[in-house]
Amino acid sequence: METKYIGKDGIEKWFNAIVASGKRVFAPVNARGQVDFKPVKKLSEVAGDYIQTTQSIKASVYPKAEVLFSYEKVNGKVNLTDFDPESVPETVLWKVHPCDAAGFKPLSAIFNWDTADKLHNAHLIKTSVISFSCAAADESCFCTSVNGSPGNTSGSDIQLTMLPDGGAIAEILSPKGEALVALLPSVFEADKGEKKEKYLVDLPARFNLEEVNAKLNKAFDSTVWKEQSERCLGCGACAFVCPTCACFDIQEDAHGSKGRRIRCWDACGFAMFTLHTSGHNPREHQSQRWRQRILHKFSYMPERLSVVGCTGCGRCSRACPVDMNILEHITSIAKQ
Amino acid sequence: MSEQNTYLPYLMTIEKVIKEAPGVKTYRLKFQDEAEAEAFEFKAGQFGEYSAFGEGESTFCIASSPTRKGYIECTFRDSGRVTSGLASLEEGSTMGFRGPYGNVFPMEEWKGKNLLFIAGGIALPPMRCVIWNALDLRENFKDITIVYGAKTVNDLVYKSELKEWSDRPDVKMVTTVDPGGENADWKGEIGFVPTIVEKVAPSAENTIAIVCGPPIMIKFTFPVLEKLGFKDDQIYTTLENRMKCGVGKCGRCNVGKLYICKDGPVFSKEELNLIPAEEY
Amino acid sequence: MKKLRDRAAELLSQGVVSLVIGYEEGTKRPRPLFCRNSESTEKLIFDSRCFHNLAVYITKKELVGKEHFAVTAPISTLRSIMQLYVENQLSEEKLLVITVDLSGELREFTTFDEIAAYVAQFELKRGEREQEILTKIEGMSREERWKFWMEEMSHCFKCYACRSACPLCYCSKCVVEVNRPQWINPWPAPLANMEWHINRAMHMVGRCTACGACGDACPVGIPIDLITRKMMEDLAPEFGYVPGQPAKQGNALSSWKLDDREQFIR
Repeated sequence: METKYIGKDGIEKWFNAIVASGKRVFAPVNARGQVDFKPVKKLSEVAGDYIQTTQSIKASVYPKAEVLFSYEKVNGKVNLTDFDPESVPETVLWKVHPCDAAGFKPLSAIFNWDTADKLHNAHLIKTSVISFSCAAADESCFCTSVNGSPGNTSGSDIQLTMLPDGGAIAEILSPKGEALVALLPSVFEADKGEKKEKYLVDLPARFNLEEVNAKLNKAFDSTVWKEQSERCLGCGACAFVCPTCACFDIQEDAHGSKGRRIRCWDACGFAMFTLHTSGHNPREHQSQRWRQRILHKFSYMPERLSVVGCTGCGRCSRACPVDMNILEHITSIAKQ
Repeated sequence: MSEQNTYLPYLMTIEKVIKEAPGVKTYRLKFQDEAEAEAFEFKAGQFGEYSAFGEGESTFCIASSPTRKGYIECTFRDSGRVTSGLASLEEGSTMGFRGPYGNVFPMEEWKGKNLLFIAGGIALPPMRCVIWNALDLRENFKDITIVYGAKTVNDLVYKSELKEWSDRPDVKMVTTVDPGGENADWKGEIGFVPTIVEKVAPSAENTIAIVCGPPIMIKFTFPVLEKLGFKDDQIYTTLENRMKCGVGKCGRCNVGKLYICKDGPVFSKEELNLIPAEEY
Repeated sequence: MKKLRDRAAELLSQGVVSLVIGYEEGTKRPRPLFCRNSESTEKLIFDSRCFHNLAVYITKKELVGKEHFAVTAPISTLRSIMQLYVENQLSEEKLLVITVDLSGELREFTTFDEIAAYVAQFELKRGEREQEILTKIEGMSREERWKFWMEEMSHCFKCYACRSACPLCYCSKCVVEVNRPQWINPWPAPLANMEWHINRAMHMVGRCTACGACGDACPVGIPIDLITRKMMEDLAPEFGYVPGQPAKQGNALSSWKLDDREQFIR
């Protein structure tokens, strides 16, 4: 790991060099009243003043719908065409928040637990993450309560911390980061010794993760799930904006003798998610589904995958049509 | 890149179709690729994802015994988009298979013990794999008792095998149908599986009970076994939660801290006690 | 506010109802509150910020059970409740509807007719946002409209918040979940998204009361409420309806008349 300084003009030149290298660049763009990651060509397209994108960058390494393989039926035989990792373009994610980059670890833990996931890994290998540390937060943010911080570098290849002069502290964190620097090394100057921490938002922790975990271990039969989930509408908004939710469905896109098998996003909050063909549904009630969401992230994942399934980005709270606020709910569980 | 695509199925040829009961069929499947056939291994209790190209995938156990080489069998009921797609295939058609997935029945540990198989309805297939596995290695086990029940006589699957088992002197075979499900020729028992188990079960001493059935049957059979003196580590079952991936990623079969597809589908009752019963 | 809280507490303590569905302060704006005892009614609020449509909860058996219950309802919610009555989803015996009128007085309704008489005073009008976007769309050519909506729909990730927030989407199995045959491709993709939204709109024609809950719920900001609103506006005069005034004559697309002016239906 190496720390450098990059000036205001240098940032733009370097950004242009990345675009010119032919890599796909995704960055937050303000459009239709929302800030979300979109392909960009110019630095001026990148959104400036916002706290959080509506959606996480999850889709860049776990597309909403992706073809697992395709097939063709010919004279009673079936020919398969495997997913081609080479079809995934080199991608640079620009101006990712640390809580988003931190989502890569739990996502990969899910996808690569025991059996490696060829598709997810193909995206990961081709993806470089340039994160920007956070100088601001809102009332939904709580990264510091879930092992994160406004300057957390987990999942980042390079992290920039913006300075008042328009330049930035550049932490080069991985070989992929070094490769990006190598696209225009001349704009990276020697570290000026600025302390990164000075430019990070102060975000006190709101709950203690171990304490929550200990409470949850005994909370399966608690009445808290029903109380908290009464207003939950059972949609998938929280899961789909989440940087770590990975539950999926496998579907068939068939056209005559040809077809594709597709993996697409799904959510444990949907009533149909666990419904058996027989009609039996192990998670019949919304309260059970809400419990699953919380326990999976804060209890099952830490135990099985050694990583908490939440990065404190607060997107689920912002997206929920009925104000199911995860920070409020977890805090209340911690206080129980 | 050498990484395998977990979701890419083996191509299988349907070698034989057996009609078991109304809407229930057994397919014998052969690997189309010889190298894949050679390399393929599984053990009793494992399952797979079977695909009808054009419809999708469905989860069932491997119903044949690992002692019978060169093929696998699956038994399914035509009850949804995929299974009806599978049911419309004919001998010689191609379908897909991914697997084997999940854990296994600890048959090595059961050597020298009595085995009590208890199955209901369409849940005999996962048990059939273990039964044939045990019968093919008959000398490894002491008394073998099979209690199998279905709603009606028509709903009993593997009818010819039921007869074969009941004709064997080294198997105690009890079949039963729910009250009202019998017909004029019925010579078996009449009554629900848990009731019949209470009547015919061998002593719990040195016996392993393997229970397979709809959740409701399992929940009513456990107390009966307990009453008969079976300890939790003497009772095994296999669960069939809804699954999509089969490899612990899609999230459907997560029950408590366990994933049915990876930590199961085979569980001793001792292990089942670790997860909430309301969620399977 | 005090009147509402007192009345709700009274209803609960006297056992008239066992549940009052209302609003409480949320972390960003008012949110649904379920009062099952008189203490919890202290949190009840009711003001112009309370527009989340609580009618979505009153068909959920899991929530309201078999008991008598009350719901607080601004005008848009009253319209949804009327429509649910039209569709035989509610029982007048079980449901008490409470609103606060323009003079700040509590108004209670126990029948469809009472609600209808009250709602008749209020004309359903486009708000500023609706007016702005709909005027823009109405000025577009067919091709431009298609392009506009395809672009909007491309942002949909099929979280179905629109469906979940809609009081009239009470089907236990949605058309998108039917897979024999698979009417709608279930994955998110621009065309598959359009399939879903066209189906949703068609199921809403003649039923939607323009409460805006679907558009408000959409996390990616698609103005989907305007599709069903516009359809309602266009359809109402053709079928003799007053927009936002569900009438017991039945829904436009699920009822027919012997003297219909169209030949094909006879």
